Amino acid sequence: MGPSILDVLLEYWPIFLQGLAGTLKYAFIAVSLGSVLGALIALMNLSKSKILSAIAVVYVNVLRGTPLLVQMYISYFFLPIAIPALNSVSKEVYVLIALIMNSSAYVSEIIRGGINSVDKGQTEAARSLGMTAKNTMVKIILPQAIKNILPALANEYIAMIKETSLAGTFMLYELMYTRTILANKYLSWQPMFIIAGIYLICTLGLTYVVQKLEKRLSVSD
Amino acid sequence: MTEFNEVLIETVDLKKNFGDLEVLKGISEKIYRGEVVAVIGPSGGGKSTFLRCLNMLEEPTGGKVIFEGNVLDAKSTDLNIHRQKIGMVFQQFNVFPHLTVMDNITIAPTLEKKISKAEAEAEAMELLKKVGLEDKANEYPRKLSGGQKQRLAIVRAMAMHPDVMLFDEPTSALDPEMVKGVLEVIQQLAESGMTCVIVTHEMGFARNVADRVLFIDGGIVAEEGTPEQLFDHPQNERTKEFLSQIL
Repeated sequence: MGPSILDVLLEYWPIFLQGLAGTLKYAFIAVSLGSVLGALIALMNLSKSKILSAIAVVYVNVLRGTPLLVQMYISYFFLPIAIPALNSVSKEVYVLIALIMNSSAYVSEIIRGGINSVDKGQTEAARSLGMTAKNTMVKIILPQAIKNILPALANEYIAMIKETSLAGTFMLYELMYTRTILANKYLSWQPMFIIAGIYLICTLGLTYVVQKLEKRLSVSD
Repeated sequence: MTEFNEVLIETVDLKKNFGDLEVLKGISEKIYRGEVVAVIGPSGGGKSTFLRCLNMLEEPTGGKVIFEGNVLDAKSTDLNIHRQKIGMVFQQFNVFPHLTVMDNITIAPTLEKKISKAEAEAEAMELLKKVGLEDKANEYPRKLSGGQKQRLAIVRAMAMHPDVMLFDEPTSALDPEMVKGVLEVIQQLAESGMTCVIVTHEMGFARNVADRVLFIDGGIVAEEGTPEQLFDHPQNERTKEFLSQIL
């Protein structure tokens, strides 16, 4: 059996804490940079140019249709070969690129869905007043779309907290990586329960926060 | 129609298809400045599509729309300039829910005509007084009734100083007790000399307010004339049938 879960937690809590910090950090980087990239992809998708929207559709389908772990491996091993300039950067960056791109695909669909959820009559009303396409998007559509986008974006962050567990495979210090550290101390099963518990507290806690946020946003409807 | 002589909007062989469906089969009409035109006809006959083509919300499949001497082209940036002069009121109001009543009215003039906020707000207040909404200026549209929303939508369009107002079944989505207030506002507008094109199912209102009535059915103007001609002495069999079913 070895030591109890509580014993392990009490002795190694700084390791778990550092792992949690890594997990939250990687999820945050992935979703924030993924949001910027995702917004761009969403605009390409919604644009009138058939080529731009086709590129966006392929991008989203490939990234959502293949496992993140596979994307990470490709990024990790192929990027340094494809782009030699990247050779000097830390290995962490390759893994992050995969996380960011993966997140951007999901975020772009969130943004696209948010924009499409705004009634078509809103666009028609703004355009019939002579408002430009840009002003219509910025002043009329996006402020209404954001109500649907923000909670979904928070949910994407929660999902990403779990997805980042794959980064441990590439020796990035996040929650899942603590398993590797503690395995060296002959602890096989105890850390897994602790790790699962921490993930659960994070995701359930944040889900609760998002639900509160959604309620507040819906009040103004 | 001798008292009207300046053509404001002209459609030339206007056609619109939705996929295989031919909704407008070639409509050539002239709307004169100062004229009030009611458009009636059965659902699916093309009257709303005709109206929506006048400001290019629907891009015609064939023919053209000429507004104040300019051929409207959906791809041209000038379209925004022309649309500023073509007010439109929708069946579903389409007020902006995230903006206050005041901001609903001032957003387009301040953004697109670069009118100062103070000036736009002063004018908006005048317009709100005319439709009895001055005490709602700082409310959000969710606090308004359907009739109030539609009056706001009319005022919002008026704030751009349009040369013509298009109404797309403006009272069809209203509770019956709200209809009168909205029709009164439209009637005031019409009597003030504003050019109006009104798609409506309110036959009493059409007869009252219109200088001319178009009966659109099957994608063409099947019959047109003064309200007296059209309602009292319809010539076309389809017009007679339509009127007998609704009157």
